[in-house]
Amino acid sequence: MTLSHFNAALLFSIFASVVFGITVKDNAREQVRYGLYCFAMFMGGLIVAGWVMWALRH
Amino acid sequence: MASPSSKTEATQSQPMTAMSVIAPAIGWLIPGAGHLIQKRWIRGVLLMTSVVTMFVLGLAMQGRVYQPNGGDILDILGFIGDVGAGGLYILSRINEWGHVVVAHATADYGTKYIIVAGLLNFICVADAYHIAIGKKP
Repeated sequence: MTLSHFNAALLFSIFASVVFGITVKDNAREQVRYGLYCFAMFMGGLIVAGWVMWALRH
Repeated sequence: MASPSSKTEATQSQPMTAMSVIAPAIGWLIPGAGHLIQKRWIRGVLLMTSVVTMFVLGLAMQGRVYQPNGGDILDILGFIGDVGAGGLYILSRINEWGHVVVAHATADYGTKYIIVAGLLNFICVADAYHIAIGKKP
């Protein structure tokens, strides 16, 4: 099975966010919000890191 | 700093029950099962799906499963991460899955997926314990 770097990072973010959301917060609403926050941070970090590496190379 | 008496009170307010031992043990062996036996159905299913899918995807990407070792520190840490997956790790060792040489980027992602699946399961185990002692609803 072959995944692109982006797809691998996307799946990683989804599963890690689900676990973080459920384990860190106490009620369902907070768990969903925290899970979405973690997912946004993962994907935002991925995109920022990508652009930083592009800038370093150019 | 907490005084010895306050530490004693905190310990007494969280009594050791059978569930506080069984739930983390079952949760380690079968990811998500620590929540399921405490009737946290949705949480249990979501945790099980996340951890098992990550582990299986890691194997499908030809990731490496670490064996017990006393060599390189990264290999030791990789083993500790893998062991967190519990039954999945035992199953993969029995069937000799993940005995590959990491030769391309996707396989390296796979190795990381397997390690992180184990580490996430450690968090799930701690959460199951907190539910069992009544620290979390």
